[in-house]
Amino acid sequence: MSGHAEATRAVSQPRRRARFSARRAWTRAGRYLVVGVALAFFLFPIYWIVVTALKLPAEFMTYPPVWFPAEPSLIQFRLVMKLRGWEALRNSLIIAGGATVLSLVLGSLAAYSLARFNTGGRHFGFWLLSQRMMPPVVFVIPLFLLFRDLGWLDTHHGLIALYTVFNLPYVVWMLRSYIAGVSPEIEESALVDGSTRLGVLWRITLPLVLPGIIATATFAFIFSWTEFLFAVVLTRTNAYTLPVTISGYFGSQGSAYGQAASLAVVATAPLFVLGLLVQRHFVRGLTLGAVRG
Amino acid sequence: MSAAVPVDVRERATIRRRRGTFAGRRRRDGWLLVAPTLVAVLALGVFPLLYSLLLSFRRWDLQVPGQPFVGLANYGTALADGRVWASLQNTLLITVVGVGLEFVFGLGLALVLVDELRGKRLIIPLLMLPVMMVPVVVALTWRLLWDAQNGPVNFFLSAVTGRDVDIAWLSHKGTALVAIIVTELWQWTPFMFLVLLAGLTAVNPELYDAAALDGAGWWRTLRDITLPALSAVIAVSLLFRALDAFKAFDLIYLFTQGGPGTSTETISWYIYQLGLKFFRMGYASAVSYLVVIGLTVVATFYAARFLREEPV
Repeated sequence: MSGHAEATRAVSQPRRRARFSARRAWTRAGRYLVVGVALAFFLFPIYWIVVTALKLPAEFMTYPPVWFPAEPSLIQFRLVMKLRGWEALRNSLIIAGGATVLSLVLGSLAAYSLARFNTGGRHFGFWLLSQRMMPPVVFVIPLFLLFRDLGWLDTHHGLIALYTVFNLPYVVWMLRSYIAGVSPEIEESALVDGSTRLGVLWRITLPLVLPGIIATATFAFIFSWTEFLFAVVLTRTNAYTLPVTISGYFGSQGSAYGQAASLAVVATAPLFVLGLLVQRHFVRGLTLGAVRG
Repeated sequence: MSAAVPVDVRERATIRRRRGTFAGRRRRDGWLLVAPTLVAVLALGVFPLLYSLLLSFRRWDLQVPGQPFVGLANYGTALADGRVWASLQNTLLITVVGVGLEFVFGLGLALVLVDELRGKRLIIPLLMLPVMMVPVVVALTWRLLWDAQNGPVNFFLSAVTGRDVDIAWLSHKGTALVAIIVTELWQWTPFMFLVLLAGLTAVNPELYDAAALDGAGWWRTLRDITLPALSAVIAVSLLFRALDAFKAFDLIYLFTQGGPGTSTETISWYIYQLGLKFFRMGYASAVSYLVVIGLTVVATFYAARFLREEPV
């Protein structure tokens, strides 16, 4: 009996192995198929906006669509930048940059306090975070009235102040977790040598968490750069940002799409560069540290 | 010897006092460092919310002079307002269907890409790109794609079905909602994918070995090993995406402006219209507050139910 079983096993072993490797080849082919379809679906729209920006006006309202522009041209790009493009880019840089710097300066102080002194206990951190949970539209009406009374409508500093406040809970929460990862003993020796808290924070702690700071700053910049609702409500003819300017082309038919697409590429390119730079922090940054990438 | 006792007591008192001041100074320093953040958040976060609470008890209207106090009347009107409920329904539809599909596709992609695959290190950053895009740019891009006459979507569907497809996607309620959801999931499925991939990578491989030894098939391994091990990550990712999808505004503004009629309105769009188009500030604030209250209740319940461990 046992000899017979041994014999069948000896026969079937190679066959089973062959079947097994065939199945693995199929599985691998299937995986590549899924990945290929996913890449096509997720990358084609990006290709399309770039190509639309490079087309000549005659090429983007045609059927069938023009898949490859005959003569890629920057004419739309030049046109839109001269009109409102440079101004919008400048506004976006000032506003997103200003809000990023301010929220990082204020936020790192608060984050240090929460990490080292446990200021306000557990609830304070969560309360701060809960500020980000509400739909922004809830704040739009009171802020519109407030900004009107302060004379802050359509100003750079108005949007900088607002985006700073909306970034702060995020910045504090992220930096707190990075700072908590630095051992307090490193700071204590400097404190004993007579340094002040701020000196220690500036010269010892912050340099140690620099990668975390860069990642947090990048996300704060992206949030401010992409924000649309407040920008469209609180700006008109002076402090309009890139998203607002692009949205201005939506009413127009046909001919202006090329200019809108060019401006869209201008608005997107810096984010791709920044995003790929902080790739490794991506998951942690977007889940407020709840999931480590 | 007789003098030693008071000295000792005095010394201890000094030490105690010094320790007391040390702790006190730490607390004071702590609050000083937090103060700028706290002031900023109070001024532009908490104050506007309180201000809009006050507004919600007033009739603030362009037609009515002054802003008479009307108590809870705005809330009563809101609860009986069909557009509030219809826009909530649209918002929930977009949130539930959109985030649900994002989860399924994101998990599928993560399962495909969790094991070694040639080119993986190039593929993953490429799949990240949609997440990094400006929502307004996403809206512009997809408006070109959904275009009825010249859009690649209709072209693709025509090629696949062999018939002439010329759906005016953004002009009918049903197709517009489909377009909104597909566009949403184009931008955010990669987020789900990245988060779930991070979770999958962290699952203890011994669990899979044990399952393989027990002869568990693919489906049983997924159901009994993978998903339970991922439950915390799943809870976090769903919460983040749902809160975000519930805010749906940009796509509505740029695709349909809530139309045709008011059929694709979301709650954010309706509040925006009430306050900044019709200038019914009091009423818009009351609707906002109903959303704040509802969302707080749901989020608290969800956090208590699914987020047991502290998410840090």
